[in-house]
Amino acid sequence: MSAGTPRSLASSGQKSIQDICHPLSAEESALSRIPDVLNPGSDLILPNGTPVDTSSPASSSSLLNRLQLDDDLDGETRDEQKYNITTEFDLPEYSVRRRYQDFDWLRNKLEESQPTHLIPPLPEKFVMKGVVDRFSEEFVETRRKALDKFLKRVADHPVLSFNEHFNAFLSAKDLNKRQGLALLTKMGESVKYVTGGYKVRARPVEFAAMGDYLDLFTQKLGTIDRIAQRIIKEQSEFLMELREYGPVYSSWSSFEEDLHDPLEGVSGCVSNCSSALEELTEDMSEDFLPVLREYVLYIESMKNVLKKRDQVQAEYETKLEAVVFREDKKTPVPSDVEKCQDRVECFNADLKADWDRWENNKRQDFRQLLTGMSNKNILYYEKCLAAWESLIPLLQDKQEAKGETN
Amino acid sequence: MADSGSEDIAVIGNTDLTPLESENNLKNTMVEKGTSLLKKMEISVAEAEKRTGKNAVNMQETYTVYLIETRPVDAASEGTNPVLDSLWKRYSEFELLRNYLLVTYPFAVVPPLPEKRAEFVWHKLSADNMDPDFVERRRVGLENFLLRVASHPVLSSDKIFYLFLTEENGWKETVFETGFQAKADSRLKALNATFRVKNPDKRFAEMKHYGDELQSVISQLLRVRARAADRLYGVYKVHGNYGRVFSEWSAIEKEMGDGLQSAGHHMDAYAASVDDILEEEEHYADQLKEYLFYADALRTVCRKHELTQYELEMAVQDLTSKKQQREELATGTIRTFSLKGMTSKLFGQETPEQREAKLKMLETQIEEGEEQVKERNAECDEFVKSAWVDIERFKEQKDHDLRESLISYAIMQISMCKKGIQVWNNAKECFNKM
Repeated sequence: MSAGTPRSLASSGQKSIQDICHPLSAEESALSRIPDVLNPGSDLILPNGTPVDTSSPASSSSLLNRLQLDDDLDGETRDEQKYNITTEFDLPEYSVRRRYQDFDWLRNKLEESQPTHLIPPLPEKFVMKGVVDRFSEEFVETRRKALDKFLKRVADHPVLSFNEHFNAFLSAKDLNKRQGLALLTKMGESVKYVTGGYKVRARPVEFAAMGDYLDLFTQKLGTIDRIAQRIIKEQSEFLMELREYGPVYSSWSSFEEDLHDPLEGVSGCVSNCSSALEELTEDMSEDFLPVLREYVLYIESMKNVLKKRDQVQAEYETKLEAVVFREDKKTPVPSDVEKCQDRVECFNADLKADWDRWENNKRQDFRQLLTGMSNKNILYYEKCLAAWESLIPLLQDKQEAKGETN
Repeated sequence: MADSGSEDIAVIGNTDLTPLESENNLKNTMVEKGTSLLKKMEISVAEAEKRTGKNAVNMQETYTVYLIETRPVDAASEGTNPVLDSLWKRYSEFELLRNYLLVTYPFAVVPPLPEKRAEFVWHKLSADNMDPDFVERRRVGLENFLLRVASHPVLSSDKIFYLFLTEENGWKETVFETGFQAKADSRLKALNATFRVKNPDKRFAEMKHYGDELQSVISQLLRVRARAADRLYGVYKVHGNYGRVFSEWSAIEKEMGDGLQSAGHHMDAYAASVDDILEEEEHYADQLKEYLFYADALRTVCRKHELTQYELEMAVQDLTSKKQQREELATGTIRTFSLKGMTSKLFGQETPEQREAKLKMLETQIEEGEEQVKERNAECDEFVKSAWVDIERFKEQKDHDLRESLISYAIMQISMCKKGIQVWNNAKECFNKM
């Protein structure tokens, strides 16, 4: 099933792409306008102890990102939805247009360049054609919200927000060159980690617990996904029956006199409930399931980070062992072993901090997801309730009228 | 008119009924102001019991009996302990009563019995006749039947009906003594035969057509409703799985745990609520079923009218042919072909004496024929008059009852929606605490 022509989407006004010099080369003067929108409660201190340089244009809290949707101007890139990203300090400063694959690129670069950190998740890359309409307003909107959340979380992160790739993403006109490189380097990096071959001996309890938790959590998410799918299926089948049920009342009304209006009323009511149910199942498919799946992917990437940590620790342990059993006990510990130790300690610190952040975000995300699910169901029942309640006077009315004429 | 008001007369004696059921019964039974029987007594089918006994071929069988309770209205309204007449009857006895009424009052739209076997069931509902839910719904249906007969302007004053309510043993014999069985058999035979009426009554033809359409549409409605009920059951029950997984999930969480756990309980409650919802909907289905069977009763009346008309037409035809024969014999002209006429032509005329004898016979036959035509005409007229009165009564009752059924169905749906909103609001509160 091919995608139809994209409907023209409401645009909140095209902001011209401003030709601003690269933020990393910005002068101090240009940055004096940065408002302090620091979250009073948070300490912007890097995990290794140095305070955050808030004069950097890319400093987390001084960024306010807004994503806007835009039409494709040339039309030939029909298959790619473009997103407008506006970065504000106070007034709009940067405005760029990015596609989903640009976000994907960004995330990969972040993963590579900040391997000790947990990188926020992206909405699912692949959507089955024919199941979800990739050009429907709802789908694009859902995706936009998820992409917006992604950027905000990166901007919120004390370390990630400084990342050069992130800055480039927000400000550079062209990301194309980097994409090619990204593919190569990504492969290189992953090869490096896979052939590590070290086995960690004394995994700290907290990281073991993280790993266990993630395994169990993934399981639960999988179960919830299956349940949600099953419910959608049952609801769809119920909907099918309703669509047959309502019209029977209509055909009945066609050979009744006194009962004609009441029966027509019931038919209309059932039809309204059917529409409400259809909306519910669509919403659940488009809003609920994708988020679950994103989290599963997210957890996969987190487990990879944990694995990397293990490998770094294993490397250190091996090197340390070699040094412990060295012949000349008097020579100081070689610097590369010290560096390894540093790496392990940094990694652990980064990960711990990120884990807490992740737990918070997770809590928020699921609270939002589940209350969203509740709201959808409440809305469905409210629509049906309104339909049936409005029918009652219609059903009773004729009686009174008839009583009068009698 | 009854002092206690028309609603009080049909008070149901069984306290096991839910308020909705009572209301339904009240609404379903249009109590005619002129019915003598219900002014005097309250009728209820209070209980059902299982019995075992030997049947006609001396085999053990298990069957259900129903307790019919009657009490005089006056005593109840005075607040004194009413004298209760109670007896046990089987379903087959109800059937016997109905068959008797059908034969004795062919012009009446006789109230139907609840179905013998469970039909239009959705899969969780038992199709077993011994299932307690089925028995309970049948009990309600039988009570409804008695109340409808008791509120019928003609049927309510029937003696056999009265005895049904007051005589336990020997009632069957009394019914058979009326000899209705023989009449029933011959009637049945005639009805089942195919016959064509020359001048069908337009009104009755229309009524029959209406009965056909009503039967067809209600069957369809019941079928689809049963399938929808099945699906709805599935939707609700799967939500119970959320309960389980939220509980498991809460075990691996710290702060989120409590919210998840309590939300899970609400999901369980949601899943459990569908049983009551569908049980209530079954009452609606039963109300529709009653009119499904009523449609059949209506068609039966139309068919019986056709038979009456046909028999009249046959009698008229017979008389006409006899008169013609007489004329031919008297004038000597053969207008119609008859073998006798031909043979007499070929083999010689009859003797005057023979002709006289024949004429005389014809005269008597014609006299009898005229009597019969008169009778059948009167029968037909009487039938048409009474049937049409009852059909009009039935139409009004049907419009009233079905409207009430639709209202109570809408109320059921409203209640279901409100419960749904409540459960999800509760769950939402728990999720918010996560």
